[in-house]
Amino acid sequence: SAAMELEASGAVGGRVAALATGYLGYRRGGPGRGLELRSLRRARRQDVCDVGHKYYLELELQDIQDKDSTISCTAEVLYHLGTKSLAPDVQVTLQGELREAEEEEKEFYNRIRSLDKELVAENIPDSHGHVPPEMEPIFLLARAASGYVIWQNSTENTKFQLAQIKEVKQVKRSDEYLEFDYMILLHEMVSQEIIPWQMRVLWHPQHGVQVTQDKRQPKHPSG
Amino acid sequence: DQVLRIVANSEEQINLLRALEKQMEKKVDFWHHPSRPGHPADLQVSSSSLQDVKIFLEFHNISYSIMIKDVQELLDEEKENMTKSRRMERSTSTFDFASYHTLEEIYHWMDTLVRDHPNLVSKIQIGQSYEKRPLYVLKFSTGGTNRSAIWMDTGIHAREWITQATGVWTANKLAEEYGHDPSVTSILDSMDIFLEIIANPDGFAFTHRCNRLWRKTRSLNVESDCVGVDPNRNWNVGFGGSGSSSEPCSETYRGPYPHSESEVKAIVDFICGHGHVKSVISIHSYSQMLLFPYGYKRSPAAHHQELNELAKKAVSDMAAVYGTKYIYGSIADTIYVADGTTIDWAYDHGVKFSFTLELRDKGRYGFLLPSSQIIPTATETWPALVDIMVHVLENPY
Repeated sequence: SAAMELEASGAVGGRVAALATGYLGYRRGGPGRGLELRSLRRARRQDVCDVGHKYYLELELQDIQDKDSTISCTAEVLYHLGTKSLAPDVQVTLQGELREAEEEEKEFYNRIRSLDKELVAENIPDSHGHVPPEMEPIFLLARAASGYVIWQNSTENTKFQLAQIKEVKQVKRSDEYLEFDYMILLHEMVSQEIIPWQMRVLWHPQHGVQVTQDKRQPKHPSG
Repeated sequence: DQVLRIVANSEEQINLLRALEKQMEKKVDFWHHPSRPGHPADLQVSSSSLQDVKIFLEFHNISYSIMIKDVQELLDEEKENMTKSRRMERSTSTFDFASYHTLEEIYHWMDTLVRDHPNLVSKIQIGQSYEKRPLYVLKFSTGGTNRSAIWMDTGIHAREWITQATGVWTANKLAEEYGHDPSVTSILDSMDIFLEIIANPDGFAFTHRCNRLWRKTRSLNVESDCVGVDPNRNWNVGFGGSGSSSEPCSETYRGPYPHSESEVKAIVDFICGHGHVKSVISIHSYSQMLLFPYGYKRSPAAHHQELNELAKKAVSDMAAVYGTKYIYGSIADTIYVADGTTIDWAYDHGVKFSFTLELRDKGRYGFLLPSSQIIPTATETWPALVDIMVHVLENPY
């Protein structure tokens, strides 16, 4: 049976909200669209016996490219008890429409397809926070894909954000998909660790984002 | 051209060197004349005469070594450095607040601020970093003795570049607004303000040189390859709890013992020695939060209500500038449990108005906040700082 619902603390609520946002970014984000958390309105927690902790969230998200956008949504997140290898169950329900990103995505797709050489880039953003305009879709794609890694690796005691793309290399393909090999840095807020992570990302305008392979990398000891 | 370091071992050899100089007047130049046996003489030799001079020295058994292998290279380097510092000089009188700067550039700018406002601003050194860099604090004071004081620090975590940049802007703002803004003028007419812009210079230099995302100090740890201690877990309050790590490789490593870090000890000694610090505002990034004690325990601070009310006002005034939303509350309630923090220590040592600010943003750029956001961030943070300082002024204790 389910225990009664309690209001979750701001600290924990923030972590659950970050997970839900990452998950939604993976499902609905792409080179033309990035989503971020605008505010957490409410977070309630329910202990489900022998299963885990379930959170009910009321969130406001915003489209990165539209500062004034407000997208209300609700999310249910279940963190499984004990088993460290089970990713949390996440369900997000949008109460509204997301901005159309078809034009930008088509443009990005055509641009990359017409490159003479495979795309290679590093340090996005750079030390001064600068992202060259032509790299913005590569940055947004990394955000969306990192949402998958964040979803798969989150617990109630972690809060992940994409800190930087260290390196990205386009992978040549014979079909219509675009593929990129990313080395990203994730920032985990509670431990404050910077975690290098490698991920293979597949994308197509009609088929969305897919992380086909990912691997945590070792940290360098002295920096 | 090369410069040879020559050591004559007798009066006879000294005479030979003097004769050489006379003979090859236009081709050699003593930077350090031969004086006594055993003392080095430095001789610049033009490239065309190098072989002749070396043969001469070797023939007479006069020992020498090559001090400067290529004088032109050295001259070019020096010229470049002078151009660089001239560029710096030009830029400090028109300092670009909208860019991120290096340690040298900020330390240089601090001197020009003092020079430009000699009756208000002075620079004091409160200690040294692990790598022996000076720890500088700007003192804003209109005189008096034993005045109450406000302490602010930025950059205790090296990678939080928006904070050092905000510290520079704020120092400039304070100097500009005294005598103009009524609040700043009232504050500085009764109280002193101490602002440590680069609280972790070793870490900051490291973020420029090697790793932009370095957080901790750069102290070497015994029995570990990992470097550094988290200076915001090293304070002697709740030290050693679950809100910090005992692992040297961890980003929240608390250190071998409280105040092990010279960067932390310097502030402790300063505040304790001063005796009249009434507020500590420690500035970090990112998350957009205004936090107060406690971090090391969940139970509320004795002054929770007052701190909460003040935070609420400050956050509202920040939002009024550009609409940027900050949340507020105790550290433990709002962000995570953290022990050995700056403001918990200050609070438990009688500094009632202890706050931590986590500046922009909420994660989109995180530590790599675009430089175009420096001035907006500093501008919106300013009213919060003024609110806190005015409250301290109006509520003496």
